Amino acid sequence: MRVFLTALLFAICSPALAALNVLACEPEWGALAKEIGGDKVTVYTATTALQDPHRIEARPSLIARARNADLMVCTGAELEIGWVPLLQTQSGNPKIQAGQPGYFEAAGVVALLEKPTRLDRSMGDIHAAGNPHIHLDPGNIARVSAALSERMANLDRADTRYYEDREKSFLQRWSDATARWEKQGAPLKGMPLVVYHKNLTYLINWLGMREVGALEPKPGLPPSTAHLSELLDQLKREPAKAVVRAAYNEPRAAEWLAERAKIPAVMVPFTVGGTDNAKDLFTLYDDTLTRLLAVAK
Amino acid sequence: MFRSMWCAMAFAVAIFPAFGQDVREELRQLQQRIQQLEKRLQETENVAAQASARPAGENAFNPAVSLILQGTAARSSLDPNTYRITGFAPPTGEIGPARRGFSLGESELVITSNIDPYFRGQLVASLTPEDTVEVEEAFFQTLGLGKGFTIKGGRFLSSIGYQNQIHQHAWDFQDAPLAYKAFLGGRLNDDGVQLRWIAPTDLFLELGTELGRGRTFPGTDPNKNRTGLWTAFAHVGGDVGASTAWRTGLSYVRTSPQDRAVPDMDALGTQSFTGRSNLWIADFILKWAPGGNATVTNFKLQGEYFRRKEAGALSFDALTGDYASKQSAWYLQGVYQFMQQWRVGYRRDQLDHGTVSNGIGLTSADSPLLLTDYNPKRNTLMVDWSPTEFSRLRLQFASDKSRAGMTDNQVLLQYIYSLGAHGAHTF
Repeated sequence: MRVFLTALLFAICSPALAALNVLACEPEWGALAKEIGGDKVTVYTATTALQDPHRIEARPSLIARARNADLMVCTGAELEIGWVPLLQTQSGNPKIQAGQPGYFEAAGVVALLEKPTRLDRSMGDIHAAGNPHIHLDPGNIARVSAALSERMANLDRADTRYYEDREKSFLQRWSDATARWEKQGAPLKGMPLVVYHKNLTYLINWLGMREVGALEPKPGLPPSTAHLSELLDQLKREPAKAVVRAAYNEPRAAEWLAERAKIPAVMVPFTVGGTDNAKDLFTLYDDTLTRLLAVAK
Repeated sequence: MFRSMWCAMAFAVAIFPAFGQDVREELRQLQQRIQQLEKRLQETENVAAQASARPAGENAFNPAVSLILQGTAARSSLDPNTYRITGFAPPTGEIGPARRGFSLGESELVITSNIDPYFRGQLVASLTPEDTVEVEEAFFQTLGLGKGFTIKGGRFLSSIGYQNQIHQHAWDFQDAPLAYKAFLGGRLNDDGVQLRWIAPTDLFLELGTELGRGRTFPGTDPNKNRTGLWTAFAHVGGDVGASTAWRTGLSYVRTSPQDRAVPDMDALGTQSFTGRSNLWIADFILKWAPGGNATVTNFKLQGEYFRRKEAGALSFDALTGDYASKQSAWYLQGVYQFMQQWRVGYRRDQLDHGTVSNGIGLTSADSPLLLTDYNPKRNTLMVDWSPTEFSRLRLQFASDKSRAGMTDNQVLLQYIYSLGAHGAHTF
């Protein structure tokens, strides 16, 4: 009985040990929160790299984590519209409500690409604010890290210096790495690609690659045979270098097209944990570049 | 400001060259920092300019609005208008199968928004095919209580059981499980207040209670200065690895029906019940998807067990005597998405007539609907196709043995469309 009570007490008290309890909606923000927060934060990441962030449910474990969170770090721009509002209303936690300092949206501090000029569901699953998959442009990571460290310092004033120092050190390493990646990625410039979903737009934009088609006929719709054959015809006229998909995208359609168009199908980790090599933000970019460079020749 | 500081320091260095190398080095660093800061300021300004470009105006604070359109084309071997569940006190509410032929379903209008930093409000109005408007839900909910507490007030779908708080358009079958039909008249959405608490643990633990008027079955909408319905519920849930999520719980509903009529055309007299009704519900839901990615394939297993005890007085024409019943019901359903957009599902319903006793000495010949010892059953099969998360077409077959000695074979085709704001569905 005593053991049980102690265990229960431990279970109840343990989340409060670190200064900030962070609930990250996606792995990239979980990784960034760790880079900046160090051992002053405990980070729980709501999704894995093998899950589609559009299609997550507000499952009980996430409500329990949201209940204890001091800070929720999400993408925003309606990416999590199907589940984050429920975590906010069901958790009974005033800190993480929209508009409170405990709710941080990364998309709010970067310039979004592909803002639709017309909003209509006949165009598929589009986001009014623009394309929300912002984290594969290192400039965006730098912008978000500055805003996030400020937010953490705001919530945990006692450790302000700590967050500032860590952010500075991260930014230094990040800008060095960015310069390296830009040099490495030079051969990728102008490379034509077919993507699965419009979730690599920022990467393509950053490295100056060209997106010549998407396997999804409209954002959010599964690839159809009709659309794939059309794409195949198009590739015969103007060939692409590769078919690229994120780790969480279903592989069959990409392989089908790649085989027939006689180009390689490439899987990129998309976010931290998407491949064994992508262990943090740095190795995520390293691995992504390695995989793309392998087919650039 | 940084610039003037820098100038002042440069001036100082110019005047006192003796400060030498160290100061120059420091100045260089300072200059670098200023440049960095200026760059960051520029970036922030860009973002701010972008943010302020959003449209403002009187309608900028419009709540999220969504509309659900539904309809069915159905055939059934028995007349849906004479539908009843033999052996169970007939609930009021929509419990019959779909109308024969083409029929519009309920069109639901959902309007929801944060009210201020402390409250959120939601209205779900249902436009029925009979050209009436029903308020399914209209409630406020607190956002700022903290410590895991939430208070809800108004009319809302009760948090008892599992399926009760799922809106009809999000059900996996066109109609409610028999257990919900027999014991709650389809669902419980009373007028009242709810207090809910989420425990500060990593394991999901939710405790709650509701007080209501007892507006709908099993209550009888009493004209009294006190609460007519009381519920309590507890749910626990969590994950097993990345692939499986689960939740299970226990709920209790207590009402005091007054002169609840038992409309039975085959009975030899008019009957009504006054007394106490206690209902227990045990529920569980388990959702599985490979790696937690439900996009292509996923599986959902859901079941609930209901147990009701009613005790009090039954009046039969001018006679009045004791009445007591112990009845139970369960259903179990599985829905499997075998490829993107396509799902199949099977549901098994079973009710147990249990024991029903009365002090008047009535037999099933006097009151066939209430006293016939019969255990209704139903098997339902469905397949649905959802091109996007906003549209769904469903084909459903059911073999419904709700009526003693008769099998109702039902086939229906259903559409569900959702327009407007992207709603968030509960787990």
